[in-house]
Amino acid sequence: MPRAATLLRLAAVGLLVAFLTMPQRFAPVFAPLTQYGAPPIYDQGNLLALALAHLGTVFLAAAASTILAVGLGILVTRASGAEFLPLSRTLVNIGQTFPPVAVLAIAVPLVGFGEAPTLIALFAYGLLPIFENTVSGLQTCPPAVIEAADGMGMSGRQRLLSVELPLAMPLILEGVRLSLVINIGTATIGSTVAAKGLGEVIIAGLLSNNTAFILQGGLVTGLMAILIYDGMVTVEKRLVRVAHL
Amino acid sequence: MIRIETLTKQYGPLTVVDSVSMSIERGSITVIVGTSGSGKSTLLRMINRLVEPTSGRVLIDNNDTATEPAHLLRRRIGYVIQGNGLFPHRTVAENIATVPTLLGWDGARISARVDELLRIFQLDPAEFAAKFPHQLSGGQQQRVGVARALAAEPAVLLMDEPFGALDPIIRSKAQDDLLDIQRRFGTTVVLVTHDMDEAFRLGARVAVMSQGRVLQYDRPAVLLTRPADPFVSRLTGTTDRAMKLLSLTTAGEVAEPGAAEGPTVAATASLREVLSDLLWSGAQVATVLNADGTPAGRVTMAGILAHGRNS
Amino acid sequence: MTSLPRPHVIDRLGVLLSLAGAAALVFLPFVVLKANRIMPGDVRSVSEVLPLWATLSFGVILILVAATAIGIADARVRLVVALAGVAVVALAIAAAGNALTPPGNKVVRVSPGTGFWVLLIALGLMATDAITRLRPGPGMRVLFLVLFAAVAGAALAHGMFDNLSIMREYAVNAGRFAREARQHVFLAVGSLAAAVVVALPVGVLCHRVPRIRAGTLGTLNLIQTIPSIALFGILMVPLGALAAAVPWAAEFGIRGIGTAPAMVALFLYSLLPVVANTVVGLGRVSPATVEAARGMGLTSRQILTDIELILAFPVILTGIRIVLVQNIGLVTVAALIGGGGFGTFVFQGIGQTAIDLVLLGAIPTVALAFSSAVLLDALVDVMNRARQ
Repeated sequence: MPRAATLLRLAAVGLLVAFLTMPQRFAPVFAPLTQYGAPPIYDQGNLLALALAHLGTVFLAAAASTILAVGLGILVTRASGAEFLPLSRTLVNIGQTFPPVAVLAIAVPLVGFGEAPTLIALFAYGLLPIFENTVSGLQTCPPAVIEAADGMGMSGRQRLLSVELPLAMPLILEGVRLSLVINIGTATIGSTVAAKGLGEVIIAGLLSNNTAFILQGGLVTGLMAILIYDGMVTVEKRLVRVAHL
Repeated sequence: MIRIETLTKQYGPLTVVDSVSMSIERGSITVIVGTSGSGKSTLLRMINRLVEPTSGRVLIDNNDTATEPAHLLRRRIGYVIQGNGLFPHRTVAENIATVPTLLGWDGARISARVDELLRIFQLDPAEFAAKFPHQLSGGQQQRVGVARALAAEPAVLLMDEPFGALDPIIRSKAQDDLLDIQRRFGTTVVLVTHDMDEAFRLGARVAVMSQGRVLQYDRPAVLLTRPADPFVSRLTGTTDRAMKLLSLTTAGEVAEPGAAEGPTVAATASLREVLSDLLWSGAQVATVLNADGTPAGRVTMAGILAHGRNS
Repeated sequence: MTSLPRPHVIDRLGVLLSLAGAAALVFLPFVVLKANRIMPGDVRSVSEVLPLWATLSFGVILILVAATAIGIADARVRLVVALAGVAVVALAIAAAGNALTPPGNKVVRVSPGTGFWVLLIALGLMATDAITRLRPGPGMRVLFLVLFAAVAGAALAHGMFDNLSIMREYAVNAGRFAREARQHVFLAVGSLAAAVVVALPVGVLCHRVPRIRAGTLGTLNLIQTIPSIALFGILMVPLGALAAAVPWAAEFGIRGIGTAPAMVALFLYSLLPVVANTVVGLGRVSPATVEAARGMGLTSRQILTDIELILAFPVILTGIRIVLVQNIGLVTVAALIGGGGFGTFVFQGIGQTAIDLVLLGAIPTVALAFSSAVLLDALVDVMNRARQ
């Protein structure tokens, strides 16, 4: 039922925006979760600013991951770069096996506290889905189409840009979507190294035993993740329909 | 027009094409036939340098094809493969327009050419130009594939088992279409197939390949009557050679002056079809009619039988 | 397994790694010497800490490694040479530690510098690339892992690294380290085990009853989007309340903080991959096989346990592998709510800006995650091969 889904989406977006812009209105909802008169709504910073900073960090890391992973994926599917495929795959896998907290902790002495180590951790963690999907998308291009493109006189670059990448786009976008959604949650850990984001709200809650804070941070993050996931699925479907893939 | 000089392709110790030399006339259809592994596809793909020769050269209109960048060469040569390779993310019109766009034609010229080709291939532009490949039937896709290869008015058309994926009825129609197109545009066609009947139907000259070498390169009738190698006669088949020979000649070509009662046959009908009609009706003579219905002469049973003899 | 045949060209990766290694040696510090834990450090290069003969041998060996990386294509040779390089660098840093520490002094801190790490990573990449080219089977990969662990373990036990700052931290925290290690494994594996017990039947149910599939997977997906620290924190409340309300709960370790909320959260996070993979795995079992089994007279339950689950097992195992690696990482976060594990060292280190504490927590975590991945991947491979 597309109608119901759209209504649900709008409601969710509306709720999110309302909460971020007018958080105090929701105080009665969260009040029962606090004890000893603790503030029901996070008051140590602007929730909207934190949410935007959080998204900013995630999208920046996603952009960097996408550029590297897609670039690497293209490189290793060309004849000249095929020798790098096994190693690239291994490295990207290592990037995901490395717990983000460990990457974060190791990056701090190198680049300091704040956004930088968080970006590095999110970047490393987000490479795998995009890389694997790019390689998969490029490798599953129908051979007859590639043959025809070559036979018609497209140069390698023209073939890549006009044929292979457009056909691989749905898979690549799916990889980016997965990477984004995972990282929205992972980015909360960045607040342990003073990165600006919703993790701050959660950690403030943990430190002062304020469940309301924890819930606010967690729910906003979760809601953003769901909305972005959903939004991207819609974009992908639209793109596929337009491009008739 | 196309001269292939001692063209060889080796992959390590394996020789796939062994010093092949042949000359292809302008405006003709040449068919290269052989079993799988004979090297016929590799030979074809060395003409447009999708495979680079180990030695030897290809001259098109006395120009060595190796002297220019491969992708520029290919824009002047049409290429059709089994499976077509139509771009699934582009419309029929965009597919056909691919090479003209690469060559920088202006928009109006491209549109005109696309419409012209669609009409020639019996696909109404209004209906088909905006469709996507997956919305077409197999036969329609095949026609778009050929149209796309001819879009930039190439002098040479290379085809690698282009009708292999079609069912027999559509295949026959597609072969007829190819003959029409070739007559209309005068393109030099080189076609690869493993189907001997197709080779005989389409080729003005047929080259039989086996294990990288061309065993015989001649008109189909000569392949039948004077095979140069046991493999050639095996390939053409020994069981109904006479029928095959008869199918190479049309009634119009051998009609004697005179009239006859009895069945009528078209001037374009092959002697094999005429024989079949005569047997069926029990007659000994048939009248030959031109396309417009005027009589063109007659053929007799005796005359047909004489043509079926190996001479 | 044979390596891929390669033409005699200069190995581009080898050039890259050699340049990186050379730059690291020349421009970056090899060791950092600090008078005590909190003082800023002085940098030292290799030649400053090792006797001449050692420095020269070090240089010669690394030049040979670079030459191999650039010019030799045989993967086995490259692997052996790369590992030799790693050994030499490890020995050099150990020697540096010993050389820079006055005898009996427990205060001085000698830390590997960035130069050391870059060099080690370059050599590690060369070794990894060589191993990848050899395309080892599952047995070989496990063997590599075991051998590496054995050699590393032996080197650590020998005590040659004891003068390095990270081992000094370990010495100070030895008892706690063992405890946190046990806790880390307990949390990661325990939650996984509990999740598998629940997730397998749920997965089977979702496979059998398509109607509930979307809803169940959707709910589990929703849980995955909740950031880990949030879920850890949220669970503290009900569990705290439970501990307060039910007197004997505390005996079982059910408290608002610590193991209980961590275990429950990890359990919840472990559900989705296992359920999803169970559904996918069962979905791949060909209906013809099931039909044949039914025709032979097997009961539904027998078909499920003897055929479907067996055939689906490699895919399910892949899900378990994903969860295990994920959980090992998540347990480090659980340290924030008192869950213990290696994360305690990591966050302590962040708080005190003591990189050695951070490494003391991070390196074992990475080693654990990596080993689990290798072992379980090998197991999945063996199963996939067995059925072919």
